[in-house]
Amino acid sequence: MITIEEIKRSFLAALWFVFLTFPIMVIRVNTIENTIEWRFHNAVIIGVSIFFLSFLWRYLMRRKEQGAKALQQGATPKPTLTEYFFQDRRFYIPGLTAAAVFFAVFPFVFSIYQVNIMSNALIYVMLGLGLNIVVGLAGLLDLGYVAFYAIGAYSYALLNLHYGVGFWLALPIAAVLAASAGVLLGFPVLRLRGDYLAIVTLGFGEIIRLILENWNSFSHGPSGIANIPQPSFFGLHLSLEGNTSAVYFLLVALSLMTIFFVNRLRHSRIGRAWLALREDEVACQAMGIDRTKTKLTAFALGATWAGMAGVVFAAKTTFINPASFTIWESIIILCIVVLGGMGSVVGVITGAMVLILMPEYMRAFEQYRMLIFGGVLILMMIFRPHGIITAVRKKYTFEGLEAEGGAPGLGAPAPAAGLETRSESN
Amino acid sequence: MHWDYSYFMELFLGGLAKGSIYALIALGYTMVYGIIELINFAHGDIYMIGAFTALIVASVLTMLAWNKLAILVIATLAAVVYASAYGWTAEKIAYKPLRNAPRLSPLISAIGVSLFLENYVLLAQTSDFLPFPSLIPDFKWWEPYAYMISSQQLMIIIVTAVVMVLLTILIKFTRTGKAMRATAQDMSMAILVGIDVDRVISITFIIGSATAALGGVLIGSSMGQINFYIGFIAGIKAFVAAVLGGIGSIPGAVLGGLVLGWTESFFTGYISSDYEDVFAFVFLVLILIFRPGGILGRSQTQKV
Repeated sequence: MITIEEIKRSFLAALWFVFLTFPIMVIRVNTIENTIEWRFHNAVIIGVSIFFLSFLWRYLMRRKEQGAKALQQGATPKPTLTEYFFQDRRFYIPGLTAAAVFFAVFPFVFSIYQVNIMSNALIYVMLGLGLNIVVGLAGLLDLGYVAFYAIGAYSYALLNLHYGVGFWLALPIAAVLAASAGVLLGFPVLRLRGDYLAIVTLGFGEIIRLILENWNSFSHGPSGIANIPQPSFFGLHLSLEGNTSAVYFLLVALSLMTIFFVNRLRHSRIGRAWLALREDEVACQAMGIDRTKTKLTAFALGATWAGMAGVVFAAKTTFINPASFTIWESIIILCIVVLGGMGSVVGVITGAMVLILMPEYMRAFEQYRMLIFGGVLILMMIFRPHGIITAVRKKYTFEGLEAEGGAPGLGAPAPAAGLETRSESN
Repeated sequence: MHWDYSYFMELFLGGLAKGSIYALIALGYTMVYGIIELINFAHGDIYMIGAFTALIVASVLTMLAWNKLAILVIATLAAVVYASAYGWTAEKIAYKPLRNAPRLSPLISAIGVSLFLENYVLLAQTSDFLPFPSLIPDFKWWEPYAYMISSQQLMIIIVTAVVMVLLTILIKFTRTGKAMRATAQDMSMAILVGIDVDRVISITFIIGSATAALGGVLIGSSMGQINFYIGFIAGIKAFVAAVLGGIGSIPGAVLGGLVLGWTESFFTGYISSDYEDVFAFVFLVLILIFRPGGILGRSQTQKV
């Protein structure tokens, strides 16, 4: 219900924002011609939209608080739509089949332009899934992820330039190089807490980019490397169109491989160690998990995918320069992971598709892309910290315990189960 | 190579001025981190907003042919007021709802604020560099020394020193300062003894943003041009300065800023200017590995 009090508050919020945005939104100075442009319509737009948005904001805040209160009082969280979807075979089998058919026929139905865009999105799927290992599973905020992508791309480009190494050989080499770089970065930052880690990794990303830009004799500087050969497929000579589809299928295959590996990793011993590390580092160490090894594997495995994605990127565009590997790229990949759902494979794929395809198909919004990304990061953190698609935590039950007639709540749960049986709640 | 004294002094004073700017921005980082343990990623962008506000106000007033001193005062005031307002609003919207969230959440949210503010200025104004009006005049009495350091740079050094003294007084001797220290030590305990923690946090953001805005006005007048992106590198370097000095410590932030300014200045002056920005990052990694507590900070153990 909207009361007078609410209207008053919204009105004040609107006034505040009109004041706040006044100099930057309304006035534009042209210092060359010495003229001032007054754009008062902007102030009106902001006032009106903030007035209405503030109602929505307060409503969402109230809902969030109620949700938190209900959880505190012991209400079990309702299974989300996605949880429901992935637990029922009747839903997910047809869903997956439809997706498989869609991706299989895509290049035969749509134009080369669309296939190119989709290939782009698939590169980001790989990058997102790789970063998901580091950020989503192990809980290490890596803002320099693009560095590994750059390492992959430059490995292929330089190896090809100097030694004529082909795409298929460069792929594993770049993966190994990127993984080594991940370990190299991992070592000094192991002892750092989450937020320091973010800054150091950001610094690492920038160092790599600046080196590529300044070390002309090594990386050809800002002008980049051109004429990188496209991947060859069994010695076939393909037309431009054929090659685009071939690269597309290569990316589909690589993405599937990534999905398979990440899924297997997540439920493996190391994957569970990552989750434990994310939840509580101290408790994790007390449980006997080697923190160093666990963090380093997260960095190395995360970097591996970025390295491979980099090779494909270099082969696909046939030209690379340092401008493709700025901090913004890292932030876009982070957005994909955060928006999609940290730790969730399906979520990250959805995130990549939404964030990469949407700006392509809504050209009008292109210039607002980064602005919207910024807003998305804030809003997701406040209202849906687990992303669009919440990661479903695998639950482990002891069959033996029930067979003996012991009620689940009776006695202390076995330590191995204690870590995993807790469902994700915070 | 023979020893060139005046070249050395030029680098020394240039580094001092540069370091003072880093210090002014680092103060905001260090205060916010001291209280809520958040790396306020958007802090550099608040500095940029301050510089832009000053530029816009000063340009408008210049066209109206106002007195130079009045323009300087009003533009600086506007920058301080607006930067504080942005800092306060960002805290209310993006950080306050996340006070009990996991540590990474407010950090990601701060990255969002940074991205948002940068693109907001980019879209509402321009992506080009804008010429910043020379607000600070060339002092007559400084002319004999101006070959080493311009009067704008001198101004930067003086303002930083004054701000640091004022902040130290505020934190050591006033009631608000006491509340800030209490909140920094233990937030839930501070609430229990009746400190309005939300208010303290708001004040911290306002003060931090105001000092950043001063930095923005000063750097604008000394560099002569700004764009929407100046906050990013400045913010990172100020963060390095804050960590170098020991995050959470006010004299530490200033010391860290100066050390970073000098090392950068000497490095670029004597060795190579290509890797100026790399240098700050390498420095940061080295400090964090060998002395994570910073020069003046104590090393902290992680609480369970």
